[in-house]
Amino acid sequence: MAKLTKSNFPQFSVDIFQNAYLAQGANEVNAIVTVTATGGGTSASLPSAGYGGALDGPDAAVVIAVDCSGSMDYPPTKIRNAREATAVAIDSVRDGVAFAVVAGTHEAKEVYPGGGQLAISSPGTREEAKQSLRRLTPGGGTAIGTWLTKADQIFSTRPDVSIRHAILLTDGRNEHERPDQLQHTLDRVQGRFTADCRGVGTDWEVAELRRISSALLGSVDIVADPSGLAADFQAMMEKAMGKAVADVALRVWTPANAQVKFVKQVAPVVEDLSGRRSDAGPRAGDYPTGSWGDESRDYHVCIEVPPAGVGDEMLAGRISLVVPHPDGTSEVLSQGLVKAVWTDDLNASTKINPQVAHYTGQAELAGAIQEGLDAHRRGDLDTATAKLGKAVQLAADSGNEDTFKLLSKVVDVVDAKEGTVRFRKDVSAEDSMTLETRSTKTVRVKK
Amino acid sequence: MTESMDQLTLSCPNCAQAVAESDRYCEECGIDLTATRAAGADPRAGAAAALAAAELSAAPDPLAVALCPDVTFGATADPEVQLGAGTAGSAAAAEFAGGSAFGAGAPAGAADPTGAPSAAGLGAGGAAVPSGATGDFVLAAPLLATEAEVGVAPVAADPWSGVPSGDARVCVGCGAQRIDTDGYCEVCGLAQPRPRDHQERALNGVCGVSDRGHRHHRNEDAFAVAATSRPDGSPAVVAVVCDGVSSATRPDEASQAAADSASEALLEALEAGEEPEAAMVRAIMTAADRVDALADEFEREPSRNSPACTIVSAVLTGGRVTVGWVGDSRAYWFPDDRSGSQRLTVDDSWATRMVEAGLMSEAEAFADPRAHAITGWLGADAVEVEPHTMSFVPQTPGTVLICSDGLWNYAEGAVDLAAVVPADARTKPLQAAQILARYACDRGGHDNITVALLPVDPVEPPEPTLPDHPPTLVGESLDSPTIQLREGES
Repeated sequence: MAKLTKSNFPQFSVDIFQNAYLAQGANEVNAIVTVTATGGGTSASLPSAGYGGALDGPDAAVVIAVDCSGSMDYPPTKIRNAREATAVAIDSVRDGVAFAVVAGTHEAKEVYPGGGQLAISSPGTREEAKQSLRRLTPGGGTAIGTWLTKADQIFSTRPDVSIRHAILLTDGRNEHERPDQLQHTLDRVQGRFTADCRGVGTDWEVAELRRISSALLGSVDIVADPSGLAADFQAMMEKAMGKAVADVALRVWTPANAQVKFVKQVAPVVEDLSGRRSDAGPRAGDYPTGSWGDESRDYHVCIEVPPAGVGDEMLAGRISLVVPHPDGTSEVLSQGLVKAVWTDDLNASTKINPQVAHYTGQAELAGAIQEGLDAHRRGDLDTATAKLGKAVQLAADSGNEDTFKLLSKVVDVVDAKEGTVRFRKDVSAEDSMTLETRSTKTVRVKK
Repeated sequence: MTESMDQLTLSCPNCAQAVAESDRYCEECGIDLTATRAAGADPRAGAAAALAAAELSAAPDPLAVALCPDVTFGATADPEVQLGAGTAGSAAAAEFAGGSAFGAGAPAGAADPTGAPSAAGLGAGGAAVPSGATGDFVLAAPLLATEAEVGVAPVAADPWSGVPSGDARVCVGCGAQRIDTDGYCEVCGLAQPRPRDHQERALNGVCGVSDRGHRHHRNEDAFAVAATSRPDGSPAVVAVVCDGVSSATRPDEASQAAADSASEALLEALEAGEEPEAAMVRAIMTAADRVDALADEFEREPSRNSPACTIVSAVLTGGRVTVGWVGDSRAYWFPDDRSGSQRLTVDDSWATRMVEAGLMSEAEAFADPRAHAITGWLGADAVEVEPHTMSFVPQTPGTVLICSDGLWNYAEGAVDLAAVVPADARTKPLQAAQILARYACDRGGHDNITVALLPVDPVEPPEPTLPDHPPTLVGESLDSPTIQLREGES
């Protein structure tokens, strides 16, 4: 209850970018929806700065799950760095926030505070937690599903806390659990908490970890060098502490006889939400977006409408943000309108909105990288070269410099404009995994 | 009781031929009138038509078009007659409600508090009109005693079908009774008719009709009609038509701002006794400034020009017609016998330039895709606004027509257009304006259509000519005024 009375509840704004004009007979409407949350107000506050939330119970809970499988000892710096990183993350937990640490192997063991509970962050509990990190010792297998289940159990002791976030670190494949078991767990826990996933080293599988982070509406990244873990954990935790509202959904209303072709988050990373729709009244569906701090994200919504006559105008979509209230009701916040206007003015109908064009390209870029690396793994060098060539072209065109740099570590760029590339002979696992992990990262439209 | 100048008549929904209430079939086109009287809603029908249809327990039938572009112009002394027509609940009443601009005001008035006073106000204005038993058009002097607005009967309706108003809005597309506050159907998403989609305004002595047409999703034309009196008590009427430039930002706002500000400026100047030509130039410059200012009000849409529009305006006072324009909206003069019908304006357009320069024949120029590119407009992007004006003193009764290219696209030459202007345009100007707008719609309605008419009846001798503004029409050529183009002093 306390949540909404706090002044740090963010304001959401919705901006729609589209070319509403359609040629006669056309029926596909594309729009970029920019959602910006401001005034969440916590991202700027320093940790341990006497956060008022402590007065009326925690407003956020964090569980850190650290891989303690046997492989974390090879090299031993890995587990040492993981401990250090976890300690730094604990230091970043704001006063009053509930937290716990879990050691993950083929099973999940509570490291702190234990007893299936969450501790309330204070200088004292944080110190205790850091002391207990000595118990993070390698030995055993990897069954990430059990870690998620444990996190879920711990979170469920505090149903009053709306923002629930897990940080998950692994160094290897999910070997001691069948993929369908993991999927079953994901289906069960998704929507109950969010999770950022990190793979340390190069022995883990990008697709597997992405499946987890996607299901749990969090980020995935590679920390190839264990020494980079501390900085990354700190950044992740600070971001988590900046979240002010959880379980925000993007509600898409479409008219009768219209179909939502897809709903994708396209910035800061590409994430297809199409399959995550849950019905929300007549002709409306909710797509989960997780928790929000002060941030801005872009979504690409594609709707197929029944074509109308030239001169007709139709509302093709009403995009709103739905925020749940603690009492079970939900509130519809600001909305934007996606329109369709049929015209015989070719000048108007053939213009592609720059935002739509840009993000269509960014999504294509992510796809080309993933398909290219897939082909490379299969040994199909021709397809791999063609796909990554296309990716280079798209990255260069759109000004996605980070992705371009990552690409050029995997291929030699002969001609970026034409997309002519040659595969490097000595591509490191780190470079190719980094490229794959970050393939979905997009840039915004150049001004 | 003063007689109304025109009888409240019915007309055929198909061809606009006058028909009697008892007629079962139209004499002109043979359409079954009983079918259309039992009307349901036209697909574009507003709520009033739907309500009327509901009263009649008729199922909405998209084929049964409750069209009836008949109208009473000039008004009756008793507004209750109109209200009675709108509320009687008979099939005929439904026809009146759908077809008559003033009748349409009545059912709207029942649900909409703004509707009734307008209708009543018009009735009041009409009450003092000298008896027009002859059917001749007379400038309504008593109207001048009141503010022009009082006499304005805003009809935010689709005259072909009905009036949208009230709460029980019904989607014109799917019939659902759920219209969102932003004007879209909650079921099928269709944008509902907006006030500007179809507008009519009538005063004694001037009227206008504007329609979205069929191919544009909004009406980017705008018009204003107004009446006032000169310091010497003589009447003056004003009409302005503006056509927003589609490739610019917010053309609909530009045209509205220009029409409103020009009309206001003209009224002010005419009331102050300024000469019509000078007033016209100043009004157009005022409108230009207003449209310029729009460019700064909002962020410009990327890759679009500043708000812009054309303008054409006509003033009738002291027997003299003064026309001013920038762009390709036009003015025409149609004497009652239509001989000597004439275009009064010269377009600021690419086609005109080509013809003037002798590079193309008129036919060639108009066939070119660039024909409609305008070379003069109001807006921040305009290098220099040069209002053109002309004036003449008609010697025979007739009608001045000003319009956007949405009309003249379908009848470019004065003779062609004269064939379309109804013979009784001078005595039934609003009906004529409706028929002209309908004419353009029936031919495809590719653009927004706006028509304003100023009936002219030089029964009274024209005012003596003031020395500093000699009349441009010389005595002999009674039916064909010579046109003198003037560059405005900007």
